[in-house]
Amino acid sequence: MNFYRALLRLFPRSFRAEYGAEMEKDFAREWAGGSKPAAVARALGDVTGNAMRVHLDILRQDLRYSLRSLRRSPGFTITAILVAAIGIGATTATFTLADHVLMRALPFPEPDELVKVWEDHSARGYPRLEPSPPDFLDWQRQATSFERLEAYTGFGSTLTGRGDAARINGAFVTPGTMQMLGRQAALGRILAESDATATDQPVVISDAFWRSSFGASTDVLGQTLTLDTFKFTIVGVMPPDFLFPNRDASFWIVMMFSPDNGDSDRTNHRLEVLGRLKDGVSLDAALAEMRRIGDDLARTYPKELAGTSVTLAPWRDQVAQQPRLLLLGLVGASICVLLIACTNLANLLMSRALARRPEFAVRAAVGASVDRLVRQMLTDSLVLASCGGLFGILLAITALPLLARLVPNALPIAELPPVDVRMLGATLLLTAMTGLAFGLLPALRVCRKTDSSALKDGIRGGTSRGTERVRSSLVVAEIVASVVLMVCVALLVQALLAVQRVDPGFRPDNLLTLRTQLPFTKFGQLPARLQFYSRVLDRIHALPGVQSAAYTSFLPMTFRGGIWEVLSTKVDAASPGGFAPLDATHTSNAVIRYITPRFFETIGTPVVKGRDLSVSDTIDSPFVAVVSESFARRHFPNQDPLGRSFAIAFTTRTIVGVVGDVKFRGLERQSEPQVYMPASQQPTLLFYAPKDLVIRASVPATTLAPAVRAIVAAAEPDLPITAVQTMEQVVAGETAPRVAQLRVLGAFAFVSFLLAAIGIHGLLSFTVSSRAREIGVRIALGARADDIMRMVMARSATLAVIGVVIGAAAAYAAARSMQSVLFGINPADVAAFASAAGLALLMTLAGSLLPAWRAVRVDPITATRAE
Amino acid sequence: MSPEPRPESLLPLQPAVFHILMALADEDRHGYAIIQEVLARTSGEVRLSPGTLYRSIQRMLDDDLIVEVHQRPAPELDDERRRYYRITKFGKAVAREEANRLSELVRLARASGFVTRKA
Repeated sequence: MNFYRALLRLFPRSFRAEYGAEMEKDFAREWAGGSKPAAVARALGDVTGNAMRVHLDILRQDLRYSLRSLRRSPGFTITAILVAAIGIGATTATFTLADHVLMRALPFPEPDELVKVWEDHSARGYPRLEPSPPDFLDWQRQATSFERLEAYTGFGSTLTGRGDAARINGAFVTPGTMQMLGRQAALGRILAESDATATDQPVVISDAFWRSSFGASTDVLGQTLTLDTFKFTIVGVMPPDFLFPNRDASFWIVMMFSPDNGDSDRTNHRLEVLGRLKDGVSLDAALAEMRRIGDDLARTYPKELAGTSVTLAPWRDQVAQQPRLLLLGLVGASICVLLIACTNLANLLMSRALARRPEFAVRAAVGASVDRLVRQMLTDSLVLASCGGLFGILLAITALPLLARLVPNALPIAELPPVDVRMLGATLLLTAMTGLAFGLLPALRVCRKTDSSALKDGIRGGTSRGTERVRSSLVVAEIVASVVLMVCVALLVQALLAVQRVDPGFRPDNLLTLRTQLPFTKFGQLPARLQFYSRVLDRIHALPGVQSAAYTSFLPMTFRGGIWEVLSTKVDAASPGGFAPLDATHTSNAVIRYITPRFFETIGTPVVKGRDLSVSDTIDSPFVAVVSESFARRHFPNQDPLGRSFAIAFTTRTIVGVVGDVKFRGLERQSEPQVYMPASQQPTLLFYAPKDLVIRASVPATTLAPAVRAIVAAAEPDLPITAVQTMEQVVAGETAPRVAQLRVLGAFAFVSFLLAAIGIHGLLSFTVSSRAREIGVRIALGARADDIMRMVMARSATLAVIGVVIGAAAAYAAARSMQSVLFGINPADVAAFASAAGLALLMTLAGSLLPAWRAVRVDPITATRAE
Repeated sequence: MSPEPRPESLLPLQPAVFHILMALADEDRHGYAIIQEVLARTSGEVRLSPGTLYRSIQRMLDDDLIVEVHQRPAPELDDERRRYYRITKFGKAVAREEANRLSELVRLARASGFVTRKA
């Protein structure tokens, strides 16, 4: 029988109380009269099925009742739904984004088996360096931990023969790469091992490229694609979510290694390597094996690899520290908003519940049990939360594109997280949690006292000290959360301003920039390139409104690579760079750029010593370079660097000028010293051939774009012009993720500020109205208006001070955890804390004014008449 | 007060509900007696389980089809711990409507040649 009694607990308590005893008796008869196992089986089916139906019946009744009563108070209902929508929407958006970037499995089968492998040059400051082709081929031959180990490298290419020439991005992949990734083509086939020797140069294209350039035509297979004047045959189209190695890639072609391309050079660090672990091989085991292989290679090739090894990590973890922190910061902030929304709702619901106590007391008097009343109140809050969740998810879907800048392009994932079951699941969970969080406390609080005394109490509108305390704590929690948010926003604003104040080393105002990538088939030879540069630049200089113009390999902040070792001028055939190192113990690197004359004048970088590069620096004259001040300081301290020589990028150079330092690696990173060499003295290293055109204008820079396009088209008709933007846009791009994050955080802080003020207002209004009699008596006994005012304000001030103190401590902890994105701003910055505290106090004051005014206006005669 | 619902608004009835109404047609009964009566009326074909019975009773009370009665039968027949239920006027009206509905259905089925047994 105990079994049946336990089973009956599946029914709601009210049902059990009503019918439990009789059901037990009926079951006892059945138990006594027939087969025991059959009785047990019947009871199991009967009780579980019917218990569920009884719960559903109650839910249906409660829902009907909830909807009716919520419809009766539209003001309350709309406010509550909006508050819930803001909390749930904010949290859904940030959770979805963080899940997309940091947690969701990559869109490949068995994604956990995919690992990235690098050379480990920690001793030289590069713990993860792209391997060279010969190193990769050795790894591929020797490693046994991987099902496959493949290499790829992204590159840009000029597409011709399909309308205007265009610049598109794609990737070279070793023939097994696509098989390793495990995705099939949506149309045609993927690249395979046999393509390494194919004569028709197969290419697989992306879904986006297929749609934009081929109108999603199914007869695309077999068509020719002309990239950098080479012809490829399209053999496959990948599905839309195949974004490899990142979302910019439009095509994939087979990578060939050739010694002519520097592919036998172990210092040619140009490959990305990805492996798929064999079943049952752990990451640690693979790492141990690769380290062993790396150490062996270092011993075999000490000149190039001494002190280096190999390292690997799951592909999923390739999110840099900063985007990770920015995202986690947003998640934390949205949790604050949700918390504030929940406390606000709890407070709203509590006021409403207290106002409904007479109604509950009547229901209790006619037999409703306490658990039915709690259930009814929870249904109310879940109905509100569900409506909030519905609007919240719409809010999240609308807000997500604004957050897209926070999705780094280093992963094979889309820019926007998909709206899918995961997102809906997260919303559902948040909604349920929200509903329970803000519904349970008021429900328990109010229903605990639902008896005849509550009936009287309720009619009089009194409230207990305990309830007041709970509500005050909720308001304090709101103040704490909004102080944390405000401090974080204040600190991040300061960090943003500090980053924006960083001198990039050039003047970005009124500079027009664009890229004209020269196809090497036609411009492989220096004279052809120089002729192109001078035809374009001469005509641009003749344009009205142009002050000066120049070409460079890469604009600052657009390409952060191009780092070469600085060597001595002593020829050393045994050294990989062709010259002996400057120092046997450690290497020293510099950024190299090839430029045309007047580059410094154009970009606004001061020449502090010597001269600019000029047209007189030709391939036949001595090779020269202009270096940055930091280069001169490092290599020629306390000496005149002019006339001194060094070797870099396979040539020796004599310094003819020194210029200011430029932040090539971006505003927030230290750049290596810089070396500028004349485009006219660049016989090799075609990758560095100047392609970025920069023009300083005396008229609004963008107005020059059409004329410049015409000049480039006249000089070389099939040349695509890409990346037309002002230098200010390039620099603004540096802080774009910060700005995006701050906008969201700022909105969160504003909302939480508003919600907290509403919370304080709600609490005090309620306190004043429930204490109207007491206030009336005080006034009748001679209390002055300012005494009453002080009484109300003192209460809100106490809450504010407690909230600010706890909030400041929590904010300091939060600020410490995000120190690395604070760009040197002190996490205990006084201004940030003072302004947040000031705002919190102001908010409390604003929230208490109306209730205080109402308290002062209490009419003692009306207020005391009720007694 | 909301106006009394029309009997048709509750149709069609759940079979269990209709059986309970029929079992209460001639006298007030407690839960177990209802089970027994239904069993007897259907020659053992329909056996209401306790869960179904009391869940139905709860809904029927809510829908005013039955009421709980406090007049007890003769002491020798009474089980004091039992609750007795009585069909209401509204309950009778609903049962009649359901019976009419079902017989209309049977008439239609007969016209289609689906009825093979004599009623």
